[in-house]
Amino acid sequence: MSEVIRKRIEGRGCVLRGDDIDTDRIIPARFLRCVTFDDVGEHAFEDDREQAKGDHPFDDERYRGANIMIVGQNFGCGSSREHAPQALMRSGFDAFVGGSFAEIFFGNCTALGLPCVTLSPGDLSALMDSVTVGPDEQLKVDLEAREVHHRGTGWALAIPDGIRDQLLEGTWNATAVLLGAGDAIEETAKRLPYVTGFSA
Amino acid sequence: MSPTRKNLLDKVWDAHTVRELPGDQTQLFIGLHLIHEVTSPQAFSMLREMDRPVRFPERTFATVDHIIPTESQARPLADDLAEEMMQALERSTAEAGIEMFGPEKGEQGIVHVIGPEMGLTQPGMTIACGDSHTSTHGAFGAVAFGIGTSQVRDVLATQCLTLARPKVRRIEVTGRLASGVYAKDVILAIIRELGVKGGVGFAYEYGGPVIEAMTIEERLTVCNMSIEGGARCGYINPDDATIEYLRGRKYSPEGEAWDRAEAYWRGVASGPGAHYDERVTLDSSTLAPSVTWGINPEQSISIDEKLPRVDAVSAENQPSIEEAYAYMGLSPGEPIIGTKIDVAFIGSCTNGRISDLREAAKIAQQGQVPAHVKALVVPGSQAVARQAEAEGLPEVFRAAGFQWREAGCSMCLAMNPDKLVGREVCASSSNRNFKGRQGSPTGRTLLMSPAMVAAAAIRGEVSDVRELLQ
Repeated sequence: MSEVIRKRIEGRGCVLRGDDIDTDRIIPARFLRCVTFDDVGEHAFEDDREQAKGDHPFDDERYRGANIMIVGQNFGCGSSREHAPQALMRSGFDAFVGGSFAEIFFGNCTALGLPCVTLSPGDLSALMDSVTVGPDEQLKVDLEAREVHHRGTGWALAIPDGIRDQLLEGTWNATAVLLGAGDAIEETAKRLPYVTGFSA
Repeated sequence: MSPTRKNLLDKVWDAHTVRELPGDQTQLFIGLHLIHEVTSPQAFSMLREMDRPVRFPERTFATVDHIIPTESQARPLADDLAEEMMQALERSTAEAGIEMFGPEKGEQGIVHVIGPEMGLTQPGMTIACGDSHTSTHGAFGAVAFGIGTSQVRDVLATQCLTLARPKVRRIEVTGRLASGVYAKDVILAIIRELGVKGGVGFAYEYGGPVIEAMTIEERLTVCNMSIEGGARCGYINPDDATIEYLRGRKYSPEGEAWDRAEAYWRGVASGPGAHYDERVTLDSSTLAPSVTWGINPEQSISIDEKLPRVDAVSAENQPSIEEAYAYMGLSPGEPIIGTKIDVAFIGSCTNGRISDLREAAKIAQQGQVPAHVKALVVPGSQAVARQAEAEGLPEVFRAAGFQWREAGCSMCLAMNPDKLVGREVCASSSNRNFKGRQGSPTGRTLLMSPAMVAAAAIRGEVSDVRELLQ
């Protein structure tokens, strides 16, 4: 069981503008015909990239090697497919900074140890502009200090306390935590009338 | 909080809490776990790597829906990848002792159609499935939500999830629906009003006279699209209609157990003075049939409206409207009525139930699908198909020029051979009009009720179903 602590993610940013970018766009459904996640990284944003004819951030040389995605509002809405964060993780991304995230996508990212942090609209716009101007400069998502840093400016990030704790303490891989409840799981089940078939 | 102040979500959440975890997280017991072939194979692999058994195999049920072809379910499936996924699920469920509803048993169907029809979905449960449309099951007063594959692994290993308790927004639907206006139009209107991200952080509790008057199948349509409004979970308090629907189903309790079940089910409904974090009211009296015109489910208009001007929305929403117009090839100020279609799709977990097919058939029998339109009717389950056959519906559809198919997700998401080609325009009773959703990267989807799809199919263009209703 991996217990990697995520205090700070450092690297370079990739700016993907636009709101309500859904998981069908992140990984089109035809690439879900698989029994492993091994190859999904190759197909991240495949149709969007095709239609953008080279003008997609994933094809922008200046963002090559980026590991932090900067996105708009409601990123990852739609389908629950974990193939979406898996595809982005396997394309080299290990953190997301955005205006807001769809809940299932957010939960899937947390389960993979990928922080999704939010900035106010004004700060997000400033960060996008800063990274667009200086894509080679270091970007830092500091969960401990609750700040995003780029080119000498720091912006206050938001992340729910419980999720931040999981990432800082390395307990984001939930299976071990859940197993830690031991027999309390069976005890809870026995108290639920439908689990016992509504027996008297 | 006093019991009368508790809403359904609070009651169900409290009853299923195994323990509180640090921060704002709860370890929540999952009463019913549904799985399908797309999001579970990797979860079983992870479990094997951890060398852990499935903890409550009797609380997980499986079916195959996303990848199954609707022209022929004969094995092996024509698509090798689909066959491999189906075999993986069959092997994993057999090893773990999980019930699998395969086509050979006559119990296969879309996971959100078969759970309710078998009586697996019951009030007061927590339900999880690796599919965002799990919100559908909230129609029974269950707390039901979609999860990802790592969370499927967690449920298999522990029957639990770590989650933060959502806030609850009560959505009161008042008035009375006019003829030709369906549950689909109600939920599209709610999403148009509250937006595709309005529900993030919330569970939606739907109520009020219009919801209370709905059949269970109509309620399933409403709850199904909660996730399109950003709400991971949407529910309706159980009432007489819920209880009557469950009577005599395969997994419904019987005898004295039924009486105890009924008491439990009624007891989970929100109390008379229940607390809500927010309340919203929607008057449905003025609703007309709705059609989406853009690339997310909030971009809809009434059939008699004109497409919105870009400057009619706030500055922050203008880029997404412009993007939608560019993709759809439509222009502000145009009517949506009369838009030519290439494909008509009736089916999906949103609108693939028997009542949907009956409404569509009433319209279909009034005309003939023109040569330029390909029209598909895909029952949501084998049980729905059998009922439709008993009522003679396939003959009605075939006579009107529709293709009658076998049960599955079909063209809702195009993980199977049913796909749009090129820039085809599809009138669809499904739930998502995202770019590329129906299988062609440039395909275009117009969401509407099944009756409206039938009307569009026989006229070859987006039409007002009210003109076809006597």
